[in-house]
Amino acid sequence: MGPYILCSIILLLGVYAVVAKKNLIKIIIGLLIIEYAVNLMLVLIGYRAGGEAPIRTEAAQDAARILVDPLPQALIVTSIVIGLGLTAMVVALCIRLYEKYGTFDVLLIRRLRG
Amino acid sequence: MNDNHVLPLFVALPLGAAFLIVLVGRLRESLSDLLGTLIAAILVVCSLQLVGAPEQVYHMGGWEPPLGINLVSDALSTLLLVIVSSVSLLVCIYSITYMKGYTSKPKYYGLLMLMIAGMNGVVLTGDLFNMYVFLEIAAIASYALVAFGTEHEELEASFKYLVLGSVASSFILFGIALMYSATGTLNLADIANTIDKNGLNAVMTMASAMFIAGFGLKAAMVPFHAWLPDAHPSAPAPISAMLSGLLIKALGVYALVRLFYSVIGVGGMYTNILIGLGILSMVVGVILAVGQWDFKRLLAYHSISQMGYVMLGVGLGTPLALAGALFHLLNHSMFKSLLFLCSGAVEHSTGTRRLKELGGLWYRMPVTGTTCSVASLSISGVPPFNGFWSKLLIIAGAVQAADRFGPVAYVLAAITVLVSFLTLVSFVKVQRYVLFGALSEKLKKIREVPAAMCIALVAFAILCLALGVFCPFVLEKLIYPARDVVLDKAGYIGLVLGK
Repeated sequence: MGPYILCSIILLLGVYAVVAKKNLIKIIIGLLIIEYAVNLMLVLIGYRAGGEAPIRTEAAQDAARILVDPLPQALIVTSIVIGLGLTAMVVALCIRLYEKYGTFDVLLIRRLRG
Repeated sequence: MNDNHVLPLFVALPLGAAFLIVLVGRLRESLSDLLGTLIAAILVVCSLQLVGAPEQVYHMGGWEPPLGINLVSDALSTLLLVIVSSVSLLVCIYSITYMKGYTSKPKYYGLLMLMIAGMNGVVLTGDLFNMYVFLEIAAIASYALVAFGTEHEELEASFKYLVLGSVASSFILFGIALMYSATGTLNLADIANTIDKNGLNAVMTMASAMFIAGFGLKAAMVPFHAWLPDAHPSAPAPISAMLSGLLIKALGVYALVRLFYSVIGVGGMYTNILIGLGILSMVVGVILAVGQWDFKRLLAYHSISQMGYVMLGVGLGTPLALAGALFHLLNHSMFKSLLFLCSGAVEHSTGTRRLKELGGLWYRMPVTGTTCSVASLSISGVPPFNGFWSKLLIIAGAVQAADRFGPVAYVLAAITVLVSFLTLVSFVKVQRYVLFGALSEKLKKIREVPAAMCIALVAFAILCLALGVFCPFVLEKLIYPARDVVLDKAGYIGLVLGK
């Protein structure tokens, strides 16, 4: 139960930052917090108390070892790479927005309405 | 190993082409036109070849299903593949001349191919995390394409779209994590199997809620729709057509249908949520659309409204309503893409898309005028065009659901008819202000758009008419098999796990 609550709280903090903050950079930080909350969630799901690195050996005692689940770790590597691409994209957009509008304030960046 | 090697091509071809196009585009820009259109044409051939073919499962790297990633092509996937590839081919042809107004065409085609690869991947994959990866490929390419003009509005719309889209993606990934922790597997069929055996628990319900929020945002259902009216009009016209015609369907509706019908299994609560989302989108979307004076923005609001129809049909879940929903999915991708391409043609010739500054274009641009009328009649549900039949099926399906919902079903059917009427009203407005009326002095000298754009417009218009006239044939070949797949959860599990 612990990991679920912890990660949900971090996720909601990130959502709060995205919704309530007015500065583009702070919104991006909010997005990153959401992303890390999800990554943390994934890695905690795969964790086993006292577990070892999941490397198979031929030794006889192998079956008795407690191993952490390797799949979520593979997943977060992928999701971190996707997050990198996304962050690069959003920061590049942010730079272009600053060139056009001369501000990071979302309240001043609003030409679209309706 | 009698795996059919066509399935991975749907992802591999556009993905490889995306990089190749950017490279050869440095030599000659026209090579990128050629390559992009060629790849899209090959995909059309491949997808049409899957129609009516037996269902097949491709094991990536030869790993058997719960372990490895598999690509599944059943009738539902085939329907979506046909939609994606046919629309993208015509969009590629249209882009050849339209995108001359923008710099760096090779990059445009590269991103377009990435988007197609992502959508094909989402539609084909049988693995939950793999679906997320393909979804992100398509989504990131679409963020970049919305901002392609790099002017004030485009950048602002793209930023808004990116923030909401990536929050949605994170919600989906959170749902996937919860699903994995509850079932211990990521294979869709294996998850379905586990849920069948053990029933739903609280964690899975939470995951479903995350999926509804995430994919609902991707599909622009009404409480989550705020990004769409900004993002779709700001993109270049062919990209608006791709976004409205394909992206919200492949990433949003398809994923919801697959997850809730084939994997989680629909219970009363989920269908009620889907019906609620559908009705809300239909009504709010069309009411907001009637008051718009920007051509593309009006169309974007109609996308929300029409996706509401699809979601309503999916939620009702009767065989007739479901067939109507899938048929409307196909039809909407045709007429909405056509409308966006028409708006692009109008903007290309006149330089504006404000309805009040236009008028009388019919006399100067006969091809655009005629095709725009065809699309308007289709979306308003006038027989014999395609929109009429799918709306009829959805309304009939709503009435048929009366034994489950009681009198509410009749109210749903009445709202559907009313929204259809409001759609007609708003397209009469489009006709009145864009095509008919007096030709203003400024617009006396405009010309019809170049041939490549006309070809795409006419092809879409013919498709709209053909889908309406040959409706029984289309239903028999494409829609009913897809509906049977949606309703047959055990069949999907059996197909993938081989039981």
